[in-house]
Amino acid sequence: MEELEEQLLREVLSFYRGKKNELIPILLEVQGNFSYLPEDAIQLIASFLNIAEGEIYSVASFYAQFRLLPLGRQCVTVCRGTACHIRGSHQILQEIEKAVGVKEGETSSDMEYTLETVACIGCCALAPCLRINNNVHGEMTLEKVRGLFNPESSSGLSLDGRG
Amino acid sequence: MIKKQYSLTVCQGTGCISGGAEDIFSSLEDEIDRLNLGEGIRIKRTGCHGFCQRGPLVVVDPETSSGLFYSKVAPGDVSDIIQSFLPGGKPVERLFYRDPASSKPIPNYHDIPFYRKQERIVLRNCGHIDPEDIDDYLATGGYQALRKALFEMTPEQIIAEVKQSGLRGLGGAGFPAGRKWEATFRAGGNEKYVICNADEGDPGAFQDRSVLEADPHSVLEGMVIAGYAVGARRGFIYVRAEYPLAVKRLRIAITQARDKGFLGRDILGSGFGFDIEIFRGAGAFVCGESTALVLSIEGKRGMPKPLPRPRTAEVGLWGKPTLLNNVKTFANIPLIIVRGSEWFASRGTETSKGTAIFSLTGKVANCGLIEVPMGTRLREIIFDIGGGVPGGKAFKAVQTGGPSGGCIPASLLDMPVDFDSLTAAGSMMGSGGMVVMDEDTCMVDVARYFLDFTQRESCGQCIPCRVGTKQMFSVLDDITTGQGRPEDIDLLLELGESVAGTSLCALGQTAPNPVLTTIRYFRDEYEAHIHEKRCPAGVCQALVSKTPSLSKREGEGDK
Ligand SMILES: Cc1cc2nc3c(=O)[nH]c(=O)nc-3n(C[C@H](O)[C@H](O)[C@H](O)COP(=O)(O)O)c2cc1C
Repeated sequence: MEELEEQLLREVLSFYRGKKNELIPILLEVQGNFSYLPEDAIQLIASFLNIAEGEIYSVASFYAQFRLLPLGRQCVTVCRGTACHIRGSHQILQEIEKAVGVKEGETSSDMEYTLETVACIGCCALAPCLRINNNVHGEMTLEKVRGLFNPESSSGLSLDGRG
Repeated sequence: MIKKQYSLTVCQGTGCISGGAEDIFSSLEDEIDRLNLGEGIRIKRTGCHGFCQRGPLVVVDPETSSGLFYSKVAPGDVSDIIQSFLPGGKPVERLFYRDPASSKPIPNYHDIPFYRKQERIVLRNCGHIDPEDIDDYLATGGYQALRKALFEMTPEQIIAEVKQSGLRGLGGAGFPAGRKWEATFRAGGNEKYVICNADEGDPGAFQDRSVLEADPHSVLEGMVIAGYAVGARRGFIYVRAEYPLAVKRLRIAITQARDKGFLGRDILGSGFGFDIEIFRGAGAFVCGESTALVLSIEGKRGMPKPLPRPRTAEVGLWGKPTLLNNVKTFANIPLIIVRGSEWFASRGTETSKGTAIFSLTGKVANCGLIEVPMGTRLREIIFDIGGGVPGGKAFKAVQTGGPSGGCIPASLLDMPVDFDSLTAAGSMMGSGGMVVMDEDTCMVDVARYFLDFTQRESCGQCIPCRVGTKQMFSVLDDITTGQGRPEDIDLLLELGESVAGTSLCALGQTAPNPVLTTIRYFRDEYEAHIHEKRCPAGVCQALVSKTPSLSKREGEGDK
């Protein structure tokens, strides 16, 4: 681990008391800083909480939020909630896979895009929707997807997601 | 100069923000400053109004001024909105909501059918107060219930009031809230906890998010009252990972409540101490289940405890008695305390009192968050409030209860909606998702969709759920890809019965519902897929040469 990263991690940990029940909040915060849970970080957290690394992997793999691989610069999360599903989120996902050239769950080799799905973002009234980093884009159509991912071919699409 | 005092609210819910509402707020602010109109126009941020589909929303406060309702506002509209307040200014007609059927403009908030037929109790403050300003909550009578509870009532009296109100838990199962409070109160020991379940794991539901984003103090107030009633000193809010804005607003609300003495060691000088922490979930549907949720807070994998499962009210967090209620259950409490159980129980049906909140979405003209008295008919919800199915399509079904619920057909549209009628129809209240489906929705695909969800989310601990949901999914997958066999329907029914009957927790016990209800009400669609290799709705890609194009939605007239 880089020195700076270790410093950041130690700073994060300094706000905790080292109790076992702090594991999930710590993992969320570490991931918030690093975009994923680096192996070295897991080692350090294990010794901080005095638990086995395996226990951390067991928890981290149980919850959908946690990632063991770094994220691309743009994390595209397609909602597959019920309202999105019946309004065609599947086709939206396929179109994005085509546009960015990676499949669900993958990151592009240039680290530009990570493509994920999520059970529900909770913006069901704007279905189908997706999120790019922290911004929600609602009422998606295939045209809007093309506009978002190939700005040159965009036909007057505004990036605020309303088109 | 403007003579009248106008109050302008700008919705800052997740939906409106996605449409650019933050920019609209700051442009309105700039424009007011630029024209030096700060004296005449007050502008404030609110949480969700419920009508997310029409966002970004700017509403001239209906309580204090005209009630003009501007929808789909863009930054370019800001100057016209402000000009309209100047002498001789006219309302900005192009931003009026238009009736989807007649295209008639409806300028006023209260006249819009989406709002007119609702009765907003839990959502009373949503869209009206600034969720980041405790003074706004106080101005609506906030924290008066807490004062009353602490200084005029004993814990026993509070529990009796909640019991008499008939309030049932709004997290899905509808367990009587008062009985749970009483059980936690009676449980021994002096260390107890109160937990608010804000995991909202059902896909297709967003009411808990909206309440937390728009009116966090009503939930905090309900929790403190609960803590006082059951004898707890610590509370937790378990918030779904996908809800960063809700977490942010809760943090602000907790800090402000501490500053004003509504949380802390000695609340309002009563000698009673209670404080609340936020616990962010990490994305596991099963963690909505009470014993799994508790394990998750303890830092473990959230897997429901094996049977015989202790009652959380007796053996909960760290083995101590724990009261677990849903966000909306807590949000009802302040009103029950201030206005009384009789007032509360005057709404609703014999067995379900008060109101129900639904996230009305899918193939319906007006999508959004709605609140109606328990017992309101499905038809009124979908057609009067929701404006029916857009684009002249035929209504097919409405899905309630998320992955634990089922699909209700048109023949049951006149059913009054409450906990028990939904269960009788094979569905569930669940978290209150209500997804409308039209002739273009394939019911086998919907069943497949839900089983795909449950088989992923199964914690894997018990075999009926882990293997059973997976098997049901693969049978459904076969049917939707043209490989269905004649015996598959019976196989699904048999599998469904055993998964429901033998799973360890309600996740597995209710997982077959989407399949069982679609077979019960839409068997012909299964048969068409299996026998004719045909998808009547034209959804299943393997069975149709041409898939309906998404881009067509633009022209459907639902905008
Ligand atoms: C798999 C599963 C998921 C659940 N998810 C939620 C949820 O997201 N929110 C919720 O309030 N209750 C959920 N519940 C119900 C809770 O276990 C519990 O009954 C409820 O939070 C109690 O609150 P109430 O009495 O106020 O309804 C879930 C139950 C199960 C079995």
